[in-house]
Amino acid sequence: MTDESELRAAVASGVVGSTESFRALLGAIVQVARAIFGAKASSILLLDEEADELVFEAVVGEGEESLLGTRFPADHGIAGWVLATRTPLVIEDVEQDPRHARDVAEGTGYVPKGIMAAPLLTEESALGVLSVLDRPEQSLFSLQEMELLGLFANQAAIAVDLLQKARRAERVLADEDDLSVVARLAASVNALEDDRRTAGLRLLENLAATLGRSSAG
Amino acid sequence: MDDVVGHAGETLPAWSLPKDEVERISLPMEWPDRVTREWAWGESTGKGVRVCILDSGVEAGHPLVGSLESAVAITVDEDDHPVVSEDTEGDVSGHGTACAGIVRAVAPDCSISSVRVLGQGFKGSGNVLLAGLRHAVEQGYDLINMSLSTTKKPFAAILHELADSAYFRRTVLVASAHNMPVESYPWKFSSVISVGSHEETDPLAFFYNPSPPVEFFARGVNVDVAWSGGRSLTVSGNSFATPHVTAICALILAKHPELTPFQLKNVLYLTATNVGGGK
Repeated sequence: MTDESELRAAVASGVVGSTESFRALLGAIVQVARAIFGAKASSILLLDEEADELVFEAVVGEGEESLLGTRFPADHGIAGWVLATRTPLVIEDVEQDPRHARDVAEGTGYVPKGIMAAPLLTEESALGVLSVLDRPEQSLFSLQEMELLGLFANQAAIAVDLLQKARRAERVLADEDDLSVVARLAASVNALEDDRRTAGLRLLENLAATLGRSSAG
Repeated sequence: MDDVVGHAGETLPAWSLPKDEVERISLPMEWPDRVTREWAWGESTGKGVRVCILDSGVEAGHPLVGSLESAVAITVDEDDHPVVSEDTEGDVSGHGTACAGIVRAVAPDCSISSVRVLGQGFKGSGNVLLAGLRHAVEQGYDLINMSLSTTKKPFAAILHELADSAYFRRTVLVASAHNMPVESYPWKFSSVISVGSHEETDPLAFFYNPSPPVEFFARGVNVDVAWSGGRSLTVSGNSFATPHVTAICALILAKHPELTPFQLKNVLYLTATNVGGGK
């Protein structure tokens, strides 16, 4: 049986149609991060727990075309370290860092020299990593930038949390079993216009009232 | 391990001071009218002080680190019980080597040991972290550098107890504050010395923070550090501020081995750049 909270989320998702909005929000976050830091690229990686892989969910700048959707093992690279230790890290001369897993970077067509990365944290878990690559050369890193990076990472963590909930909700919507029919019904009625929508809602209200009476009796 | 709180049936000393025992606890040293850096660590090289780096391992023989007193790795067996074994892999990331190199640069003659709590692929767990810290406390190191923290609340209570145990056994735990505004441990416990970053380039510049929980700020931005593979890198983060304070503590303890953790923290305060150390 579908969990009640998932069903509610599914109904909400049917009404709001949210995954695309949340993906767009992630895209906007990396765009702003890249612009504020004057960096060559910025990306958000999400942890796929089942596969133990990190997936590029949003990319802007260098590698934008090729990276989106690509995956690599979650225990590789600077992103893997940041995810595992749940701590931000800023490194210059990345090429010298064994954590960078150069093969991964080259496979994606872009090898950065400098990277700043922060984990996307919720209360109990790390959802992914925000990276900002190649800030302007000759500019020394500052604590203000570290704080900014943390703020962007927190914002991204909220957006990722919403995206993942919406995806779970969509899976429930697509499910043929149990009460997911309610979610699909809500989505269908919501898609109607004007009088038909009003009539659809009235029908549902009457149905709910009838079912409520029969179950009470 | 010493219990912080005695259990029923144990013989506990009376937590009081009879009149004829006052002489017994007289302090073994004269304190100057004003504690200066010269008094605190002038001419000290950290010789005789044992420092433990609880981290990703340390690359022994790195030109900026030198030799290690010992190196162990903490893992868990099939039943999730921690196992302590000799570490033959060294540093799985470079992070621990960076911390060790910073300590070595400031306190060149101290002894450095490594307790590795992260495995290949940076895999670690709360259990491994706790076992590593417990092992380090049991070894009686003078200082434990912990540039790691955990955000997992279930481990907080045990970590707190371990941190207090260390404190009463005269093992000073120097811990990194998290770089982001999240709850993590053990740096927030008052029995440890917690460290955040400042932006200055002097490795001996450190500031007392009158608005805790972070108690001290040390150099942690654009730091040139040792890295695995005999290399060096430029890094930023509280992880790298922490070993600066660990090393300064090593200098102080080498010159004043009788100091308790409480007294050591006082000396740090009195010699901080924004207190008395800038003069």
